[in-house]
Amino acid sequence: MEYIANKDMVAKRIAGIFKTGEVINLGIGLPTLVEKYIPQDVSLALQSENGIMGIGPAPAKGSENRDVTDAGGSPVTIWPGACFFDSATSFVIIRGGHVDYSVLGVLEVDQEGNLANYKVPGKMVPGMGGAMDLTIGARVVIAATLHFQPSGASRMKRRCTLPLTAVQEVNLVVTDLGVFEVLGGRFHLAECFAPYTPEWIQEHTDADIVVKNNCRTVTFDAQPKKETP
Amino acid sequence: MIIKPIISAADAAGRIKEGDSLMVGGFLNCGSPHTIILALKERGTKNLTLICNDTAVHNFKTGKITGVGHLVQAKQFRKIIASHIGTNQETQRQMNAGETEVELVPQGTLVEQVRAGGAGLGGFLTPTGVGTEVAKGKQVIVVAHKPFLLELPLKADVAIIKARKADKSGNLVFNGTARNFNPVMATAAALVIAEVEEIVETGAIDPNDIHTPSIFVNFLVKAEQLD
Repeated sequence: MEYIANKDMVAKRIAGIFKTGEVINLGIGLPTLVEKYIPQDVSLALQSENGIMGIGPAPAKGSENRDVTDAGGSPVTIWPGACFFDSATSFVIIRGGHVDYSVLGVLEVDQEGNLANYKVPGKMVPGMGGAMDLTIGARVVIAATLHFQPSGASRMKRRCTLPLTAVQEVNLVVTDLGVFEVLGGRFHLAECFAPYTPEWIQEHTDADIVVKNNCRTVTFDAQPKKETP
Repeated sequence: MIIKPIISAADAAGRIKEGDSLMVGGFLNCGSPHTIILALKERGTKNLTLICNDTAVHNFKTGKITGVGHLVQAKQFRKIIASHIGTNQETQRQMNAGETEVELVPQGTLVEQVRAGGAGLGGFLTPTGVGTEVAKGKQVIVVAHKPFLLELPLKADVAIIKARKADKSGNLVFNGTARNFNPVMATAAALVIAEVEEIVETGAIDPNDIHTPSIFVNFLVKAEQLD
């Protein structure tokens, strides 16, 4: 079976998890794609650590406001009822347990629920930003990632090799192959995205994956875009 | 009535001395005091310690440099304390080459350190970073069976911050996400210089709408460069 990387599938599946009224923080990178797939009948409070609650879609070209940005520094719009606050208050919200879901990008995630996403020593050292506080404070931590690295190795591991962002804080991993719950030191496959099969996923992932009894196979209408992971 | 002096950006930059610790407000350029930053680059003061959320942008491919990225490029920092340097390739290069000391701090810890510095606290206990590289060399204190890191306060010699509007007394109002670290840093430095887009008469801002009380602000600079 040929693997075609599909970030939009990851984003679309995650967007389907949330319910009206929940507080969501979407991290930089793949997680920012989630916003455009949130169903119209679901009203969320999108929070960003730079001090904003109630983020709307990206502004039309020409109507950007340099003082209204997201955590990636990109201009955003706001919904009625939105509010701004300073960074100390922002992390009261984040670390204090007031965020329902934190969706974060991944370099490596392991079956113990550890996440590494801020540093490749000696090479790429972006820094953790707000990620360590988000994983500590959010009710549910979702790791959002393409299943494979460009090298072909799976990003899901038995044990992370890179410096950790979070220790045993990840609850759910969503890749472009399926949805995995993290429980008792194992990944539990809850959903498998067609055309992949549970057996194919187990074979191509360097981690212990238990297939749940009620694991379902889901077919997405998300157009797989040809892109390199 | 106390009136805060309105000074030029060059004058502001001249008050930052070699070897000073310097807090700079802003989050990826949003809400940074760009006019003072450029004046400080012009002045060329060295051996500074930067305390800032991030080091703005320096992209080797496009050549784009913004905000404190100009000061990083001019190698004006001996040490950088930040939560994120991913958008500045020059900061990463200097760090990996051992040219500049870079301390990466979780963002929530960084802002709380500044808050603790301004609030007269001896530190605080946070669960953030337990079991990671961030915990290295730090005291772990267990409260109700849960481990926390003891994090210490941060203060600075000078803070340069950016607000939307000030009155002549130095009361500040911020705009949108340009608020970020600015009001917190205003409390934690010996000398606080606020760059503002507009200066109005004292009394012209409703006291209910003021974000940063005037007592935290020493000088005002009129913004000329907004990004």
